[in-house]
Amino acid sequence: MKKALLNFFDRIEPDKEKQPLLHTAYDAFYTFAFVPDATTKNGVHIRDGMDLKRLMVHVVLALQLCFIFGTYNIGHQHFVALGEYTGLLEGLHLKLAHGVLKLLPLYVVTMAVGLGIEFFYASKKGHAVEEGFLVSGALIPLIMPPDLPLWILAVSVVFAVIIGKEAFGGTGMNILNIALLSRVFVFFAYPTTISGDEVWVSGLAATAAGSGVEYGWWHNVFFNGIFESLGWTLFDSSSTVVDGYTGATPLSLAFKGGWDAVTAEYTPAQMWWGTIPGSIGESSKPLILLGALFLAVTGVASWRIMVGMIFGGVVMTLILNAWGATDFMEVPWYYQFYMGSFFFAMAFMATDPVTASGTPTGKWIYGFMIGFVGMIIRVMNPAYPEGWMLAILFMNVFAPLIDHYVIEANISRRKKRAAAVAKTA
Amino acid sequence: MKIASKKIALVLAMGSFANLLMAQSSGSESTNWFVYILLAVAVLLFFVIVIQVSDNMLAIEAKRSGATDDGSSMSIFPSTKELIPRQKPDYALDESVVRSSRGHDILLEGEAKKTVTAGEQVKTFGILPPNFIGISPIPKVVVEAGQNVKAGDTLFFDKKRPEIKYAAPVSGEVIEVNRGAKRSIAEVVILADKEQKYRDLPTIDLEKASREELVEFLLESGVWPMLRQRPYNIVPDPSVAPRDIFISTFDSAPLAPDLGLIVEGRGEAFQKGLDVLNKLTDGKVYLGLDARDKENAPSDIFLNAEGVKKRFFSGKHPIGNVGVQIHNTRPLTDGDVLWTPDIQAVISLGALFSEQRFNAERVIAIVGAEIKEPHYVRTYQGARLKELLDGQLEKKEEELRFISGDVLSGTKVSLDSFMNYYDDQLTVVEEGNYHELFGWLLPIAPRPSISGTFPNFLFPGLHFKADTNTHGERRAFVKTGDYERVLPMDIYPQQLMKSILVSDIERMEGLGLKELVEEDIALCEFVCVSKQPLQQILREGLDVIREEG
Repeated sequence: MKKALLNFFDRIEPDKEKQPLLHTAYDAFYTFAFVPDATTKNGVHIRDGMDLKRLMVHVVLALQLCFIFGTYNIGHQHFVALGEYTGLLEGLHLKLAHGVLKLLPLYVVTMAVGLGIEFFYASKKGHAVEEGFLVSGALIPLIMPPDLPLWILAVSVVFAVIIGKEAFGGTGMNILNIALLSRVFVFFAYPTTISGDEVWVSGLAATAAGSGVEYGWWHNVFFNGIFESLGWTLFDSSSTVVDGYTGATPLSLAFKGGWDAVTAEYTPAQMWWGTIPGSIGESSKPLILLGALFLAVTGVASWRIMVGMIFGGVVMTLILNAWGATDFMEVPWYYQFYMGSFFFAMAFMATDPVTASGTPTGKWIYGFMIGFVGMIIRVMNPAYPEGWMLAILFMNVFAPLIDHYVIEANISRRKKRAAAVAKTA
Repeated sequence: MKIASKKIALVLAMGSFANLLMAQSSGSESTNWFVYILLAVAVLLFFVIVIQVSDNMLAIEAKRSGATDDGSSMSIFPSTKELIPRQKPDYALDESVVRSSRGHDILLEGEAKKTVTAGEQVKTFGILPPNFIGISPIPKVVVEAGQNVKAGDTLFFDKKRPEIKYAAPVSGEVIEVNRGAKRSIAEVVILADKEQKYRDLPTIDLEKASREELVEFLLESGVWPMLRQRPYNIVPDPSVAPRDIFISTFDSAPLAPDLGLIVEGRGEAFQKGLDVLNKLTDGKVYLGLDARDKENAPSDIFLNAEGVKKRFFSGKHPIGNVGVQIHNTRPLTDGDVLWTPDIQAVISLGALFSEQRFNAERVIAIVGAEIKEPHYVRTYQGARLKELLDGQLEKKEEELRFISGDVLSGTKVSLDSFMNYYDDQLTVVEEGNYHELFGWLLPIAPRPSISGTFPNFLFPGLHFKADTNTHGERRAFVKTGDYERVLPMDIYPQQLMKSILVSDIERMEGLGLKELVEEDIALCEFVCVSKQPLQQILREGLDVIREEG
């Protein structure tokens, strides 16, 4: 079986000179299926079993729970807005079907566009396709609103990958986090699709008051056909959005009216478990923390950054609590972590090993500053009540500076030590 | 640092627990928790201060009355010494023990049995000029093929430093002088006599000789190249007296030989060697001893060595590397020159005086999963692999990797070639030139790794059968922090590597390049997820600095 597959790969290998793009794609799939038979040349004779592919794929594995819950929650929020199947498990098949119809296209478009660019650049520069986009491509759909038009997504991915990564020399060379760069592009270029109250609930923005939801072919024909044959409930195009439903997220409520306004709409347990509107992957805190734990225990992501970031966030919220100038500032410090995407940013965004600080000391500072700055942006910024995207990009830019000072400290420590050693002679 | 971070994690964990409790109880009233917490902290602080002050007064009173003269503590708090159980092994109670949590022990199959066999089957020996870093590619060879030499006779010297003579390890007939690329001298091969003959050495009185006379004698005798100098790991410059001399008496590399076994029966020569080294430096001779095993003390020869400063080290590989030990004792600083002879070099040095002959005998550990019976062989420097491995191999030559040295920093050699001048270990592992289906995702065979993504931590004593597959392709550097995890030095390897790649000399030196040689960085190269050639980069950097002067 393995031999047959190897032979097959050997047979279809395209010519490297004549068809560089095809060969790059071939090489990517070949090395995906088989670890190459390369042996060590000089230097160490045995190598650790860990490589970049394995490192990256573990982040994707840690994201799987978020993908599953995100799929469910898109559907759940959609039906809550319609006032139907508001129980958690009611109409589960409809919720999942709706979620898949929203999330899958986002994922496919992200991957197709992103990998397409990666392949193109790899063939152009004559190196192998690098794994970085495996993670970026898994993260991007999870940090977008469910109804984001696919062409906007495609444009944002193009921007992020070309300007953010390839312009700097590819995976490992980029300064800014690719996933967040694509989101920040959408945020500044098409703000109406990613801010405000309506965008976080699927179908809400597109449905005019009083009129029915617009379902497409997949809903009406494909899934309804299947569900009908199984005798299950169907998507109903005549349902309308419940009167007075705004879809506001806890953060925007907190910004307007403090913690009281939030608890009027959502219970803390609801926020903790994640059945609230928001970006697709960010809402369920326990599942994200499971992923974070997995990454920290396996050593794939730096626990220093995560702990530092929690620490920074706590310190800033305590300061804000003490200040207490607005209702939002007076939200109890621990409830700040129930809202928004703090944990998602902590587990998957801040810990990106390419854009984070590189030194252990630097990682503490970097994590702390993200928590600290992000909380300021979340609470004090008048336009948009969440801060992690901007805080992380901001600290991405500062990470080399932090490292610079840590390194300079090492150099001057060495110089001082020289004097000390000379004295003891 | 580690304890501190654990404490922070604990505080945060407790905080989040409290948060859950409070989430249950908080009513609709807006209560200012912050003020309560501050209040609680203040009350706690008050009590702590009261207790601390009274404790101090108690201690002062006890001291006045003489109750603490016997060293007992009157404080109500346990001292840190009492809290942390003593971890020093019995044999190092009064010595300082350097402990490091950084590093990683790679456990491999094929450890040598503790028996030394006489290597009579080895007849051919080769001295390879490329083994000496910085030697000119075409040294002046003073022997011809067919000529008979005695052990200790000069074979060749470097035209740049003619005073350093490279000697024949055995007596016999020079059978070949092989040339490599661009007419460089690749190897000088000697077929050994049955009865070893030793060249006559000039007489010297160790007690009365001045340093210059001693150096002159060592240069002439041919043992000089066995000493090694840091920075750069080169043959020492005879005109420079080293600041200190460091000797590691244990090797922590994968499948490394037991140096205690090697030194067995050579105690007199070893001590004599230390005495000679003491005369060669104005500083001290430091001996790095093994404190990893709490039950078994290192060899008495090391423990009872005289005229040296002993330092105990405990931790994981590379703690046995002399570079790591220097860094944690008296680090190499700018302009310093240190010598780092290995223990067999010290024995050869001492044998000049205790046996009055040039003795290049070496005990070599033959190890690796592909060796039938891993064991030790007593032979001479530069033994031919084919003869050393006589009857020990089962697989074909092309399926195997022969390594003079350990799997991390050793040299790849062919079966027809010779042991490296400085190596005391021959490792044979399988070549890994196979394709592995989804090997990066679902590896079938166990493999050594520091990553938590492999279930290796469930089997702490498992020995691996490693091969030479790279397990992945080369990529750009990624800041995983793995390098720092395995290097017990205050050095940032990745930044150092980058400074070498951009040839920033000032930064290279600032970041501590001179403190490193290949073996120190080898474990970092092993764990690198980007499969970068760190040792090669490091050597390029060292070469640049050495040539700059």
